[in-house]
Amino acid sequence: MTTFLATDNWYDLRDLANLSREILEAADKILPFGVVYVLAAVIGFVASFLIFVLPSQLFVGVYGERKLIGRIQSRYGPNRVGPFGLLQPIADAIKLMQKEALTPTRSDRLVMYVAPIFFVAPAVLLFAVIPFGPNMVFADIPVSLMYFLAISSLPVLANFMAGWSANNKYSLFGAIRIVAMTISYETPLVMSLLGAVVISSTLSLQGMVLWADEYKIWLGLVQPLALVIYFICVSAELNRTPTDIAEAESEIVAGYLTEYSGMKWGLFYGMDIGYALAASAFAATVFLGGWTLFGLEKWVPPWIIFIGKTHLFYALFIWTRGTLPRLRSDQLMAFAWKFLLPLALFNLFIVVTERMIWSEEGYDKAYIYLFAIFNILVSGLLVFAWARFNGYRPDDVPTRPRLVKEARGYVPLGENE
Amino acid sequence: MTGVIKSEPFVINIGPQHPSTHGVFRIRATVDGEKVVDAEMVMGYLHRSMEKLAEERTYTQNIPFTDRTDYLSSMSNNLGYCLAAEKLAGIEVPARGDAIRVIMAELQRLASHCMAVGAFANDTGAWQTPVMWCFREREKILDIFEVTSGARLTCNYMRIGGVAFDLRPAFEPMVRKVLADLPPFIEEMEQLLTGNEIFVSRTRGIGVLSPELATNASLSGPMLRGSGIAWDLRKADPYCGYEQYDFDIPIGYQGDSYDRFIVRLEEMRQSVKIIQQALDGLPSGPFRTEVPLALRPQKGEAYARIESPRGELGYYLVSDEGPAPYRFHIRPPSFINLSALKEMTVGGTVADAIVVLGSIDIVVGEIDR
Repeated sequence: MTTFLATDNWYDLRDLANLSREILEAADKILPFGVVYVLAAVIGFVASFLIFVLPSQLFVGVYGERKLIGRIQSRYGPNRVGPFGLLQPIADAIKLMQKEALTPTRSDRLVMYVAPIFFVAPAVLLFAVIPFGPNMVFADIPVSLMYFLAISSLPVLANFMAGWSANNKYSLFGAIRIVAMTISYETPLVMSLLGAVVISSTLSLQGMVLWADEYKIWLGLVQPLALVIYFICVSAELNRTPTDIAEAESEIVAGYLTEYSGMKWGLFYGMDIGYALAASAFAATVFLGGWTLFGLEKWVPPWIIFIGKTHLFYALFIWTRGTLPRLRSDQLMAFAWKFLLPLALFNLFIVVTERMIWSEEGYDKAYIYLFAIFNILVSGLLVFAWARFNGYRPDDVPTRPRLVKEARGYVPLGENE
Repeated sequence: MTGVIKSEPFVINIGPQHPSTHGVFRIRATVDGEKVVDAEMVMGYLHRSMEKLAEERTYTQNIPFTDRTDYLSSMSNNLGYCLAAEKLAGIEVPARGDAIRVIMAELQRLASHCMAVGAFANDTGAWQTPVMWCFREREKILDIFEVTSGARLTCNYMRIGGVAFDLRPAFEPMVRKVLADLPPFIEEMEQLLTGNEIFVSRTRGIGVLSPELATNASLSGPMLRGSGIAWDLRKADPYCGYEQYDFDIPIGYQGDSYDRFIVRLEEMRQSVKIIQQALDGLPSGPFRTEVPLALRPQKGEAYARIESPRGELGYYLVSDEGPAPYRFHIRPPSFINLSALKEMTVGGTVADAIVVLGSIDIVVGEIDR
């Protein structure tokens, strides 16, 4: 692993694991046996939160999102608090803490109280397996992909608790919708990730990064369809705008969050961003080569490359939020089952075939590039053909109304003017 | 499995405080799961008794009241009322006054449709972006109103016999700029929404209004035209010299929310055309006939109607030779357009009901008066 880095001295901050290792080794000499593991957990948690999660939440998730959406909507976005409005998220957080967290009289108080806590805990766990650098992974377990998927389906429970306990019809609507949606979208999500697992033959996130580094190609290029399906599914699970039916503002006010206020609401809001960041980090690891960037990681600290990729992926969420209308809940379910799941199965079929061919050819590097080109072309064709098969006819939709010169009452459809 | 899961319809209140009711309007919807099985409209939260109050004020004093009924198109409301009062008192309006009225009414239609289109897109869930773009264009039109009348929203610009002030020198370049800016903006909106698969699937076939129902319920404006009925008072019963201008009536195909949306966009294009013609042929001369401040029309009644952005806006005045109208009645287009809401929402989902409500383009100030 040292080939990636020039040195492993503690002052070489291209890999922050150097620093923490020095600290832990020094601490191990003083402390009684075993305590150093607890200390390692605390350092890992604090470091990942201080370096990555918290700044990203504040300055990308809150400030960046508001600023970028502001620019999309041809307005300025936050620009009052601090330089360029950069302190706006901190001001927001202070305001939220001062607010009263109301609980409706006839709500289920206990469930309503613990739901935000249930929502926050998995978000913290998710970052444990994300590799920030060659040595900077807190828990490098061999099945970290499975671990990530398992943990990331937990927060829906908290969402349901929140919606159920508030004793509000809108909340109930949101809760039911989010459960139905998560069940629908987990399936194509896992199916699409299977493709990436088959081609890289590992379930470890660090392994996938090393695979991308070895073959000098991103998994997202070999598996473009999987990347697209992953993006759509994860934006549905995260309640991002084209699919935010669970907190659809114009329909059910705020969905399961309707009765929440103050910091209880703030935990939901902040950790929504946390989950989106985790999903982006996961996508950057699996599909975009993680902390590698074709040799540049020797010069630039890998964790900066990784954070950059994560934020770029997050910008996609912001972009879709700023442009697309929302699907209706039944359309969203139909989209998952009728469109995404068959496509994911097609993709799995193709990738398994490729894997067979590849193993017979002795894992030749050149084949991967061939597969990438083939898959990009075939994915485009597949998406188009499957959409046509499902009744996608954009030309049948008129874009302009009919024009009539005189006010002469009902004009039947066939009549031209 | 011993039995079936029992479920019964329950009532959900959409409004009066709801992000998508465009004011204080309430739908008492009975839903079975997500499906709406019954929808009852509850209104009156914004009632200000304007029709009764108007009987205590002189004809000129009533003009600001009309601003506050449909607050998104105050110019059109002023115009409708002034036409009714002129008809009652037999007052002629000079040609320049008529042309200025047409320009203002059409600018108001542009501003109002901007709002309608943007709010409608917001109801389908396009998070704030279309509505912000629409506000940006609407601001330019409101700036013109500010330059001309001194107010942006409640303009109080029309007078019985003409308009309050002549146009300022800054007026024409500002209008020309808006006219140049609007067609590209409409194109942009079409690229963002009309060609958007999600938007089309959310609006097409939703809230279908048959031509029979539309005529029987006495609907008007884009609601009626969306159902394929070519009816526009500017053509059918011209006022203010609309017969001199060349424009078309856009009509829809099957009367769904999508048709009403594209009809509104096309109406904006037609309005641009009308303003251009009116501005090019703006006559000189007086802009107002002098009318006594305390107008006492002879005994009688008058009804004047115009094509407001939302449909047929009618004012009915009865005079008993006093300085105030004996009876003052408004035919508000959004109130009557709303009467078809139940037929359009029942059978759809809650999300559809919101889209349908957005496509009607209601203004609660006008419904409750």
